[in-house]
Amino acid sequence: MKTLTVSVVTPDGPVLEDTFEMVSCKAENGELGILPGHIPLVAPLTISAVRLKGNNHTERIAVSGGFLEVRPDKVTILAQSAEKPSDINVERARKAKERAERRLQAKQDDIDFRRAEYSLRRAINRLEVIEEKR
Amino acid sequence: MASLRGIQTRISSTKKTKQITKAMQMVSGSKLNKAENNAKAFVPYSEKIQEVVTGIAGSGEDAEHPMLQQRDVKKTAYFVITSDKGLAGPYNSNVLRAVYRTIQERHTSQDEYTVIVVGRVGRDFFKKRDIPISNEIIGLSDQPDFTDIKDLTSETVQLYTDEEIDELIIFYNHYISAISQEVSSKKLLPLTNLSEGSSMAVSSYEYEPNQEEILNVLLPQYAESLIYGALLDSKASEHASRMTAMQSATDNANDLIDDLSLQYNRARQAAITQEITEIVGGAAAQE
Repeated sequence: MKTLTVSVVTPDGPVLEDTFEMVSCKAENGELGILPGHIPLVAPLTISAVRLKGNNHTERIAVSGGFLEVRPDKVTILAQSAEKPSDINVERARKAKERAERRLQAKQDDIDFRRAEYSLRRAINRLEVIEEKR
Repeated sequence: MASLRGIQTRISSTKKTKQITKAMQMVSGSKLNKAENNAKAFVPYSEKIQEVVTGIAGSGEDAEHPMLQQRDVKKTAYFVITSDKGLAGPYNSNVLRAVYRTIQERHTSQDEYTVIVVGRVGRDFFKKRDIPISNEIIGLSDQPDFTDIKDLTSETVQLYTDEEIDELIIFYNHYISAISQEVSSKKLLPLTNLSEGSSMAVSSYEYEPNQEEILNVLLPQYAESLIYGALLDSKASEHASRMTAMQSATDNANDLIDDLSLQYNRARQAAITQEITEIVGGAAAQE
């Protein structure tokens, strides 16, 4: 079985580097599945979970503000933040979610609104990645 | 000559100062280590994003994006990185002097520029001189995460996208080694020098959904990563600079203590000699 080298890199350092058989992720235009031998591609990712399928294991990574660069034998995910389920602070994500929800209900000016929406999406994404793991 | 007691108090106070500077030197040393590691951890990200950006921007002639295009400069923003605390030798003053001089040379009216500042020292400096500050961040931790400054960087890039500013220049201390840092100024926006150095044939990419959309997402991220890189760089410089400053303070304290001890011993010797002369003189007078 052919494999792909996948590396996930953030400004705070590399998160993961390993070989997998398939990468599936959510780009701005919808779900993308990458198999080995894919043509070179660049696509921005939404705040979502990236699923990496390996020989007998699957990894999930919560990604926000990232994009995907594909080469035939290598996939690089560059993201402003990327976390494995084990690195996610559940308590913090839950609190962030509550805070963002409160802010959205309070309806302040639109910059705060946008920020709150983003942080809500990030928090929900993190919580979902953890849920799936269980 | 100073009194014995006076010299002794000075010696003990200098010793206490030395303890503090020595402790600060050691603290900065370990912070420098961490800051260096952070800067290293950032390298793969910055290299990769640069590779992709140059790959895309250099591939097609039709790579047009406001962030890549030079426009008439009506307003310049200066992004200045300083520290919150002093006691770091010439770290802050070097940067601030360079910025101040540049502003004086290039601009005549306050409408032509604005300053975005990191660190309390810098903020106070510009406030005192009535230089307009459009954004500031103080109380940044010694090991900043990307999330700590994400708001600042995205707001800064937004200023450019909204055409509030037409040029962004960053001033910071570039870390060369533990004993040497130099003020570095870079033009961040517009990103004009991308096509240089991308001569290596980068495979042409497919774009999903299209090149323009990708650039819309990628270029702000790239600019933000450049700012973050500069911040990590200058944090390392800050700790290095503080370490050197504290080291020389400790050395100076040692010198001072040596001098004072010598003075103290001389004074003590003189006092003893004087007492003996007095006793001998007194005894001689009684015979």
